[in-house]
Amino acid sequence: MPAVAETLDTVQSVTEGTYKWGFETEIEMDFAPKGLNEDTVRFISAQKKEPEWLLEWRLKAFATWQKMQEPRWPAVKYPPIDYQDAYYYAAPKKKDGPKSLDEVDPELLKTYAKLGIPLKEQAILAGVEGAGDSPAEGGRMPIAVDAVFDSVSVATSYKERLAKDGIIFCAISEAVHEHPELVKQYLGTVVPPGDNFYAALNSAVFTDGSFVYIPKGVRCPMELSTYFRINAKSTGQFERTLIIADEGAVVSYLEGCTAPMRDENQLHAAVVELVALDDSQIKYSTVQNWYPGDAEGRGGIYNFVTKRAQCRGKRSKVSWTQVETGSAITWKYPSCVLLGDDSVGEFYSVAITNNHQQADTGTKMIHVGKRTTSTIVSKGISAGKGQNTYRGLVRVAPTASGARNFTQCDSLLIGDQCGAHTVPYIENRNMSAKVEHEATTSRIAEDQLFYCRQRGLSEEDAVGLIVNGFCREVLKELPMEFAVEAQKLLQISLEGSVG
Amino acid sequence: MLRIEGLTAEVDGKPILKGIDLEVPAGEVHAIMGPNGSGKSTLSYVLAGREGYEVTGGSATLDGVDLLGMEPEERAAAGVFLAFQYPVELPGVGNANFLRTALNAIRRGKGEAELDAMQFLKQARARLKELQMSEDMLKRGVNVGFSGGEKKRNEVLQMALLRPSLAILDETDSGLDIDALKIVADGVNALRAPDFSALVITHYQRLLDYIVPDKVHVLMQGRIVQTGGPELAKQLEASGYASVQAAA
Ligand SMILES: Nc1ncnc2c1ncn2[C@@H]1O[C@H](COP(=O)(O)OP(=O)(O)O)[C@@H](O)[C@H]1O
Ligand SMILES: [Mg+2]
Repeated sequence: MPAVAETLDTVQSVTEGTYKWGFETEIEMDFAPKGLNEDTVRFISAQKKEPEWLLEWRLKAFATWQKMQEPRWPAVKYPPIDYQDAYYYAAPKKKDGPKSLDEVDPELLKTYAKLGIPLKEQAILAGVEGAGDSPAEGGRMPIAVDAVFDSVSVATSYKERLAKDGIIFCAISEAVHEHPELVKQYLGTVVPPGDNFYAALNSAVFTDGSFVYIPKGVRCPMELSTYFRINAKSTGQFERTLIIADEGAVVSYLEGCTAPMRDENQLHAAVVELVALDDSQIKYSTVQNWYPGDAEGRGGIYNFVTKRAQCRGKRSKVSWTQVETGSAITWKYPSCVLLGDDSVGEFYSVAITNNHQQADTGTKMIHVGKRTTSTIVSKGISAGKGQNTYRGLVRVAPTASGARNFTQCDSLLIGDQCGAHTVPYIENRNMSAKVEHEATTSRIAEDQLFYCRQRGLSEEDAVGLIVNGFCREVLKELPMEFAVEAQKLLQISLEGSVG
Repeated sequence: MLRIEGLTAEVDGKPILKGIDLEVPAGEVHAIMGPNGSGKSTLSYVLAGREGYEVTGGSATLDGVDLLGMEPEERAAAGVFLAFQYPVELPGVGNANFLRTALNAIRRGKGEAELDAMQFLKQARARLKELQMSEDMLKRGVNVGFSGGEKKRNEVLQMALLRPSLAILDETDSGLDIDALKIVADGVNALRAPDFSALVITHYQRLLDYIVPDKVHVLMQGRIVQTGGPELAKQLEASGYASVQAAA
């Protein structure tokens, strides 16, 4: 994804310990009043001119949320969040669609430029009319980009091209109006509004996110990607993504995220729902680079996210790949509910915690259908005072005859003040199922570092190389463009962790 | 030209090198022989700058440049290469990637332009061919799953690519059959040039049939106790270190 790719190229040489996406953009914004009550929910729904059914849906979710408690079981520590002390809606002030780049709010353009989004995509994202109609130059594989700026999707590129195949890729707020039958049919069916505290909160106040529908038998001709950015102060980001792969459809979707540096903590509570019907495949890749806070642990994003896929169809397949380098706290378990016979779930994860970062992440694989298989490969890297917990559940229902799971959990420690923890839960209720779990914990050995340095590598380059080697099985699952950038990101995240 | 004067060093507070004086003029190859535990690897680590190998006195310079004050990577850029007695495994790190990263790091250190993937591959293939090694070598993880002989060959390949001005080979010949031994020797001989010097640490005279050294030094209990020509190696092979000790 270019948004991440080119940014990284330009930040390779910067100094230690600084977050390169930490700038703030001054753009005229519309805010909802601070705080959270029924009126906030109504305000958001009204801003989006939503149909009555969706407002009702939100209000029900809000009522549910009010009765719920924040989960305390994750192995993360943070002061209580005051949910009344935040904005739940922030949107760039809408102007009439600009005719050329000259008419676009220069601050918005500057933001995209700093994020490294190429000019053509910038034009599309800024809503320049007609900018997305011609294919990319030079035969480069285009990547369709949806950008979510605080609470709203600011634009989606390559829509027309995708529409030719019947593919829908748009902001979910738009889908509510353009494809209400699809949204109504699937929204909240994978992650019900009352699923957990943050999912309920999200269901009540979600503002935008991406919607994807790939019709029967269609292989999506390009990578789809969404770029999330939290810009405004004291603003939570609650995006909602819904991806549906109809029978035989194939799609690869990428997600990238950044936020400005702030001393306060900001909440990001997203919900992602994936639905895979018969013989379809969804590959969902994330490079999460929210602001992690400074070296003393001030500021940073609380990344409390619910991601779940339902493999409803026979032989359907969902693959989650995540590279988690950012956020002060990460709490997420991209999961697969394997309903269809012979369906496949995969989870490939790299999670880095440096300085005071905390991550409690893993997956859930719920085997229901016959001969369902799942693979989990988790690589946790802890440096500084970082705490990294892998938490995974493999549940095999009595119906899941012949189900198989393989889990590989590796932890790498850098320094002696960090921690790595592995918490696997296995619930097997079918005698014919096979569940395997392997776990290792290692340190970067002195002889490995010396070997690399004797060959001319600086200590940091050596650590980067060894860490990338440690993560190789996961990184190779990423789409090409992403993999290279993820490698650099890993290295940047570990700057200052040795020596 | 490597010049070592009065070099003393300790490990864990225990003196290991007890005053080494050694000169390897540019263009020359010297052998160091000595019984196990005499300090040969310690000397190579001290020259390469390994942590935990504490220099307590003396000096070591390469072409007049003080080595001992530099970080290991700076010494590498200055032209020091150590072929490890026990090459280290780097799981998941591709050998080609490792070699290119190393080569470019050293080129950067020398102020030379970095090589892109294609230019690197061209060089690597040429070296592989000279050393009669298979290209598979590039595709595998660094030393992971390599046999002892393959690891040593990988060290020689790295040396050939990085073109050091001082190569230290720490028992690179140990455990090698005669064909592999020749490859190691070819690797060193190919680098022989007026501005290249090498320290070949070995237990066995047979390597020195293929790399004919200009001088042979005997290291015992942290001191060089005898220096001679290639014939000294043969004499040691015949009568053992005890004869030297007696003489020293
Ligand atoms: N890392 C180390 N820790 C403790 N003692 C060491 C270490 N390395 C070497 N020594 C000691 O230093 C002495 C010299 O060892 P070494 O340099 O490996 O000898 P050689 O290579 O000649 O066999 C030995 O007594 C050995 O036990
Ligand atoms: Mg030794």
